[in-house]
Amino acid sequence: MTDLVVPEGLVAREAARDHGHPRWLLAFSFWLLLYRRTWRGSILSTFVYPTLYLASIGIGLGGLVNRHVGAHALSLGGVSYLRFVAPGILAASAMQIGINEASWPVMSAIRWQRSYLAQCATPLRVIDVFVGHLAWIALRLLFTCAVFVAISAGFGAVTSPFSLVEIIAATLLGLAFATPMAALAAALQGDEAFSTINRLVIVPLFLFSGSFFPIAQLPPQLRLLAELTPLYHGVALCRSLAGGQLLLWSNLVHLVYLLVLAILGVALGRRTYSRRLER
Amino acid sequence: MVEARGLVKRFDGFEAVGGIDFTISRGEVFGFLGPNGAGKTSTMRMVACMSPRSEGVLRVTGRDPETDGPEIRRRIGLVPQDDALDAELSVLDNLCIYGRYFDLPRKEIRERAKVLLEFAQLTERANTKVDELSGGMRRRLTIARALISSPELMILDEPTTGLDPQARHLVWDRLHRLQGEGVTLIITTHYMDEAEQLCDRLVVMDQGLIVAKGSPRELIDSIVSREAVEFRLEESDAAGLVERLGALVDRAQMLGDRLCCYGRDGDAILERVLALGVRPISSLVRRAGLEDVFLALTGKSLND
Repeated sequence: MTDLVVPEGLVAREAARDHGHPRWLLAFSFWLLLYRRTWRGSILSTFVYPTLYLASIGIGLGGLVNRHVGAHALSLGGVSYLRFVAPGILAASAMQIGINEASWPVMSAIRWQRSYLAQCATPLRVIDVFVGHLAWIALRLLFTCAVFVAISAGFGAVTSPFSLVEIIAATLLGLAFATPMAALAAALQGDEAFSTINRLVIVPLFLFSGSFFPIAQLPPQLRLLAELTPLYHGVALCRSLAGGQLLLWSNLVHLVYLLVLAILGVALGRRTYSRRLER
Repeated sequence: MVEARGLVKRFDGFEAVGGIDFTISRGEVFGFLGPNGAGKTSTMRMVACMSPRSEGVLRVTGRDPETDGPEIRRRIGLVPQDDALDAELSVLDNLCIYGRYFDLPRKEIRERAKVLLEFAQLTERANTKVDELSGGMRRRLTIARALISSPELMILDEPTTGLDPQARHLVWDRLHRLQGEGVTLIITTHYMDEAEQLCDRLVVMDQGLIVAKGSPRELIDSIVSREAVEFRLEESDAAGLVERLGALVDRAQMLGDRLCCYGRDGDAILERVLALGVRPISSLVRRAGLEDVFLALTGKSLND
């Protein structure tokens, strides 16, 4: 061993002072750092997939649809299929991002990388750890949804300034899925449940909540079921905003539905996070 | 620095810590020695304010973890058993983000990180991903990380478990330096040599309870004796041998197929045995250690 001197001031003379940042923001900065180091892995899903979706479904399939039902069919709300489907894809993507960001990363932060555990050994409280991660998911959603709307605009699918509000609505939709998912992920022992949830919940929602066709096409019972799903409310809200309609009672219903779901998820997550991290 | 009275931890009806008392003073190195499952980690998590106690009184840096968790954790550096480093981030990132959790200014974090990397002998590895580090490097990084906030109290849970001998000595060396700086250290371990090497005082835990406390030397001298002689004997020779050795032996115990006699003078015990005409198959005179203490207290070995 070489002679090693403990450097000056390595150990406490007085307790480290904080600088008044909200503690959740400090937890948030971890996720931001992690993203700055690993963002390359998400280029495809953020930038390339929306383009491919809009090209394939909006233009490819849309061309066929427009030819059969007319370019501004009433059943599509009087717009082209591309304009009809763009908010649907946005909402469905927001759901998937919300679910993904709140499943494996949460479990990893508890079980594999144990980033939450590291955070809990510092002045951060469990609630800071939870809120910090949710804040990151919200920012990630906001960013991805904004990119999507920008790409949609490139395809000529954006006509209303309320599409900016649509970005926020889609973010809220993503959070309405993310908060209950995070709450559940913190309670799970293994990740097997994630693929089950994907198969049994996310894929059916993706296909039947009105993202790709008006749910009026569904048989009445199924239609009722579809109207109860959170994705339907997200899709409907995004679509009406994209269509330039902001102040509608139905929009308020959609908004309240999504808000309640997101808040329920936070309330549940407070409990599951505490139970998991403060045993 | 830390005071516990009647400290209890229960998980769903299972009692991991069954009412323990201890006091740890500023500047000392205090050990919790015991086998896996003795309740050491549960105790550490309570002291580190990461797990609420089920019963009893606990004060850390004079504060109550129940009400002052964040304030106490600000003064503590924790080195958890499993490191909890982020494998996707670099060594330097892991240090710096931890400093952020304490809301230290970025400039201060950068300066301290540099010093700590030097301390942990990881300066050349600053930009290496944690994924690529050896176990010893990871542990040194975890120790460095815990130091980023200049803690008054360091808690190290099994600091050298899973490390090879050279890596262990590197870690011990770091801890000795900290001890020299007057940092209070709490160490859990199931290695008796580690406890003997590092600890000023320690408690021996078994099944959630403290079964002995004192300095390593005190424990060895009072519970077993200074030296130990191990014999392998024919069964006919073993019978009644201890009684015939009389006052030379303070205590005797079977260790598997060996008879272990503890006394102040091991050589004298061996001489007497030979003088009695007994011919052991093999014999070994050695210093008694904490392993013997644990064996004497619980009737079982530490690393079973």
